[in-house]
Amino acid sequence: MESNNKLIDIKNLQVYFPINEGILIQRHRGDCKAVDDISFNISKGETLGLVGESGCGKSTTGRAILQLIRPTAGHVYFKGEDLTKSNNKELRKKRREMQIVFQDPYASLNPRASIGEILSEPIEVHKICKSKSEKNEYIKELMSMVGLAPGFIARYPHEFSGGQRQRIVIARALAVKPEFIVCDEPVSALDVSIQAQIINLLCDLQSKFFLTYLFIAHDLSVVRHMSNRIAVMYLGKLVEIADDEELYHHAQHPYSLALLSSVPLANPKEEKLRKRIVLEGDVPSPTNPPIGCRFSTRCWRVTDICREVSPELKDIGGGHFVACYHL
Amino acid sequence: MLLDVKGLKTEFVTADGIVNAVNGISYSLDEGCTLGIVGESGCGKSVSVLSILRLLPKSIARVSGEALFNSRNLFTLSNSELTEIRGNKIAMIFQDPMTCLNPVLTIGDQISEAIETHLNLSKTDAKIRAIEMLQMVGIPSAEKRFNDYPHKFSGGMRQRVMIAMALSCKPSLLIADEPTTALDVTIQSQIVELVKRLRDELGMAIIWITHDLAVIAGLADKIVVMYAGFIVEEADVDTLYENPKHPYTIGLLNALPRVDGKRGTRLTSIDGFPPDLIKLPLGCPFYKRCSYHQPQCFEERPILREYSSTHKVACWVNL
Repeated sequence: MESNNKLIDIKNLQVYFPINEGILIQRHRGDCKAVDDISFNISKGETLGLVGESGCGKSTTGRAILQLIRPTAGHVYFKGEDLTKSNNKELRKKRREMQIVFQDPYASLNPRASIGEILSEPIEVHKICKSKSEKNEYIKELMSMVGLAPGFIARYPHEFSGGQRQRIVIARALAVKPEFIVCDEPVSALDVSIQAQIINLLCDLQSKFFLTYLFIAHDLSVVRHMSNRIAVMYLGKLVEIADDEELYHHAQHPYSLALLSSVPLANPKEEKLRKRIVLEGDVPSPTNPPIGCRFSTRCWRVTDICREVSPELKDIGGGHFVACYHL
Repeated sequence: MLLDVKGLKTEFVTADGIVNAVNGISYSLDEGCTLGIVGESGCGKSVSVLSILRLLPKSIARVSGEALFNSRNLFTLSNSELTEIRGNKIAMIFQDPMTCLNPVLTIGDQISEAIETHLNLSKTDAKIRAIEMLQMVGIPSAEKRFNDYPHKFSGGMRQRVMIAMALSCKPSLLIADEPTTALDVTIQSQIVELVKRLRDELGMAIIWITHDLAVIAGLADKIVVMYAGFIVEEADVDTLYENPKHPYTIGLLNALPRVDGKRGTRLTSIDGFPPDLIKLPLGCPFYKRCSYHQPQCFEERPILREYSSTHKVACWVNL
């Protein structure tokens, strides 16, 4: 991929949350290594899927890209500009070009604001419309764009279902005409039938406005439906990144294989024949991760070297990167 | 036959009117079999099992019909008879393992409580049984974890504790109400595998409630699909996935994103919303969202009729 094509370029991103002890005199006891030295890029118009279990640092990565959480180390280049060096005032301007859609549509809308008020806030902050009437027209246009009747403008969030609320959240993100949207598990809280509506909406909007997505989820089937490339994350590290077809057919990392095999298939006959890789145990704590490969405590291919030295991401051809000694 | 539900109807009396949550559903379950109940939020799938166990508040819920468990009607039993069955013969696990455990009691105390009540064991024997149960559901160093509080467990581990508690009295029926919806896919597959193993070891029957047809494909023997408090389709598991007949079931199956699918293929979503349960439509409840609807569907509600010996559909249109 040519360098000028990259919209987002992340280099050695690190996010540590300090753990302090003591009430009056705070002592630094350790760090929660939520994101530990990861690098990847996203091209213009592309959807990169970021998959992993709860607590693997995928949401933290998304927020660190937008500088909603300031990274401990590393660089985030947005159109060639390093966001980690920008101050808050510069960032505010930049945020017009990048937005986020959160997982829980119940918690991400102000219950005391009507839909009109919710949608006018980004418009006012970024001075997108000149007059009040223009703003009202624009809000109605946004609402119909995401499939909400413009007549709902004076209604409050509690009057809407989960799927409709997620549409409002998407409309709010779109209000500033961004180029890049971080979708942080936008469909995990929704029913299957509503989930399909939201996925279709996101796909439609992408082709209409040439948007770039970072699509975060724990479910490979949803991610696969949306993404051009998929990155698999485990305990703060990227373990594999590949083209979506490639990852589905030729996943190499044991963790990716386990993730793929844990997706349920809607086919009883295949499901009964299928040999599942069931991972034992839970994800270790990121405050005290395993010394070598992060996955070594649950891996069935583990050898001595895995427990001692953490494997680097290696290119195995065709833009397919894997961090594992045993391929 | 282990459980036979006949004409179950549940209404809630609210300030806005009477909510018709479950509208005369019937199903049966044999010993050792697994029944999947599938439907969207608010379709009455949870309410139907809560009604059977008489767990709904009497002040607002009106339940009618019959629920025969081992030929005894659960609706006519006295409270003490019912207590003997609930938690002992019929156990239940819920969707959210975070809120279903008492945060101020150790998990050991919570599991022992059920064992002491139903099996009449002494405290020490109950503890031994509880530790056995924890080991059976795969909790490492069970003896030590016996004295831990719920906040020290992860979501998947808490669901295991819930399962241990539910199975501690060897029930003949386990009701699982969306037990994996709040969990990650990897943990979900752990729990599904665990339940499968325990079902085969203990020979219990299961009612598994979910909104995701993919989750129960490998688990259920028979599936009923519910919509707006009605059963719209009922079939054995292979038939339902291979040859779904109701437009709603077809819609649910097409709406699933598939890991083996092609990128860029559009998911077929079911547009619109379920009907208002206070004012149920005269005809088919799915009429408004159905792409196959005919004038008859608007006027007359279709009844569940037999399509083949293992397949029932409530639809006027023959698909």
